[in-house]
Amino acid sequence: MNLNLETINGFNVLIIKEERIDAHNSAELKDYLLKMIENGKIRILINLGNVRFIDSSGLGALLSGNKQIAVKSGKLALINIQKQVLSMFELTRLNRVFEIYADLNEALSSET
Amino acid sequence: MCTSIIQVDVIIPTQTKYLDLIGSIGEKVVKKLENFTGDREALAYQLNLVLTEATVNAIKHACSDNQKDCVRVSIHVEENELVIKVYDHGQGFDLENIPVPNFEQPKEGGMGIFFIRSFMDSVTYTRHKNYNVLEIVKHLK
Repeated sequence: MNLNLETINGFNVLIIKEERIDAHNSAELKDYLLKMIENGKIRILINLGNVRFIDSSGLGALLSGNKQIAVKSGKLALINIQKQVLSMFELTRLNRVFEIYADLNEALSSET
Repeated sequence: MCTSIIQVDVIIPTQTKYLDLIGSIGEKVVKKLENFTGDREALAYQLNLVLTEATVNAIKHACSDNQKDCVRVSIHVEENELVIKVYDHGQGFDLENIPVPNFEQPKEGGMGIFFIRSFMDSVTYTRHKNYNVLEIVKHLK
């Protein structure tokens, strides 16, 4: 899975550089998130701007990360979600579970 | 005359790297629908998703001891009905006993069949002697 991690204002911003998150690559994403959290990176923004498709396993991978972050009292938020992908969060009501922001600026301003 | 009929049959190895291919075929089929007046963008996503989830399901239930096992996916569009059939050669499962996910306490798995049921009009799973078929129907408006 093509991922890019950068640090901005104390957040670990993980850019997913894939169009699809599905059962072929979701386990890799789940493992990557768990390793990040194990290594103390517990303030994570996941940029989904490139992702135009997510399936149930992709939602599961993000949910797994969110649960681990909650255990560590950290923060995980999703930014730049495309319309159809967002509809999947709404259908499963996961939009109430995840912190979701329009973009990086909105996520950063939520901290102030 | 078969100008209004689309039939696509795909056979793939039981490997998840082919999910993208199956899903994108679904999206392309939506582009070719002549009389559909609804939200094409949404339908394209839904068909991509349904095909992806159904194929993953077939891969999971495939014969794990047979590395050469394949999944056959058939998409048939005629008049205002779209029918997807996904064939597997595994032990099968009981579709009726798959619970609706608990959204108050969401879990990582168990949402695939829920998505198929949510976006399509009917879903059945039939066991035959040497294969099983997940049949999914969508009425096109």
